[in-house]
Amino acid sequence: MSALKQTPVYSLYKEHGAKTIDFGGWDLPVQFSSIQKEHEAVRTKAGLFDVSHMGEVEVKGPDALAFLQKIATNDASKLVEGQAQYSIMCYPDGGTVDDLLIYKLGAEHYLLVVNAANIEKDYDWMQKHAEGDMTLRNISDETAQLAVQGPLAETVLQKLTNTNLAEIRFFHFKQNVMLSGISALVSRTGYTGEDGFEIYMQAQDAPTLWNSILEVGGEDVLPCGLGARDTLRFEARLPLYGQELSRDISPIEAGLGFAVKVDKPVPFIGQDALKEQKENGAPRKLVGIEMMERGIPRTHYNVYVGEEKIGEVTTGTQSPTLKKNVGLALVKREYGELDTEIEVEIRGKRVKAKIIRTPFYKRT
Amino acid sequence: MNQAQAALKYSKEHEWVEVLDNECVRVGITQFAQEQLGDIVFIELPEQGTAVKADESMGTVESVKAVSDIYSPVSGEVVEVNRELEDAPETINGDAYGAGWMVVIKLANPAELDELMTAEQYEAFSKEEE
Repeated sequence: MSALKQTPVYSLYKEHGAKTIDFGGWDLPVQFSSIQKEHEAVRTKAGLFDVSHMGEVEVKGPDALAFLQKIATNDASKLVEGQAQYSIMCYPDGGTVDDLLIYKLGAEHYLLVVNAANIEKDYDWMQKHAEGDMTLRNISDETAQLAVQGPLAETVLQKLTNTNLAEIRFFHFKQNVMLSGISALVSRTGYTGEDGFEIYMQAQDAPTLWNSILEVGGEDVLPCGLGARDTLRFEARLPLYGQELSRDISPIEAGLGFAVKVDKPVPFIGQDALKEQKENGAPRKLVGIEMMERGIPRTHYNVYVGEEKIGEVTTGTQSPTLKKNVGLALVKREYGELDTEIEVEIRGKRVKAKIIRTPFYKRT
Repeated sequence: MNQAQAALKYSKEHEWVEVLDNECVRVGITQFAQEQLGDIVFIELPEQGTAVKADESMGTVESVKAVSDIYSPVSGEVVEVNRELEDAPETINGDAYGAGWMVVIKLANPAELDELMTAEQYEAFSKEEE
């Protein structure tokens, strides 16, 4: 018997040929047709992802903002209603609890979106640091999320609604948008490096919307799995918790300094450690690498300069867009300069690589 | 299943074996294996002249997501290698039993062939693994 959790869209996976895997306790599709085809669809047309496994926490009350300012590294006071912000929760030593999106729904009302595998840990962390006049609610089970990503995302989704989606700017959203009769929060965000939308709704509505999007999208939309989600986010250098970020990796080391406002007027957890890293440099740095010889770098492969182990690969694959064997590696800062020649240990053999600029892919 | 595939022998590690003559066999991975792997983007094959042992790794095949060993289904010496796969590993996805062949091995112990599965046995075996 499988004890794996299923999203509300699960029953529709099979008819699209999904191959599912255990992903942090969830039975999720790694691919429907082929990772490469799905990847290409998102880069050239559009792809549809079921990301209902992601966690959602609602924060409400007069002290909601003060709470967010304390637990998150970015400055949530800059948010206006209808705007989203990428942020990070840290431990006092600067290690990462999780990365998240903060949506400002109202004057004293926020929605936080966190990683599926971290829901429980994050919610415990939030409850521990909650204070004053505010409430926290874990609404993960009742909330579903679909993502439509790619250059045709707006064209496709627009067919399902009278709301003018062109008015939603990047990292902004609208609430109560009616999409084929379903009320949803539609956000111009995503995890692929393309234009696109993330759509939040009541769990029971997700299968209907999934079908509607595929129906109106026709040949322009392909159902996509976690495999393509990973190669897409990787090419765009978007971090994955557990690989580029973790309890032992700070957001400064991961190159996410833009989301860490160390001079925020109110103190936040991890501020001193992160300020020190930002000002004096963190001991390690996340860099892009490209193989110069045959071989594909993979997560946890060791990286060397001469006989010195300088770090390890966090993510690597053959980039479906560039057809090059590339990776992200967390290395000692002094070896992090562009064009530095390094070696990746692949199955006991040292293979030549060099440090290159990231992201590997940027939409034009 | 076509006649050609029915005539092949199969290993528990999802390699197929075509008996060429009393001395040599051609080896590749099965349709089932390539489907499980997904888009194949990289392959590492043994050098010609390499001694291989039954059930031991003789190379690797990588898809976008995963790295898998290629196990030799028999013991012997690698006498021919399909080097074209190195530049076009996706050939294995398209034609696992034909152009996607990997190596020809000169048998050290022909009796090992009896340990392999028939097409029918393999079909039942791979269904269970699904």
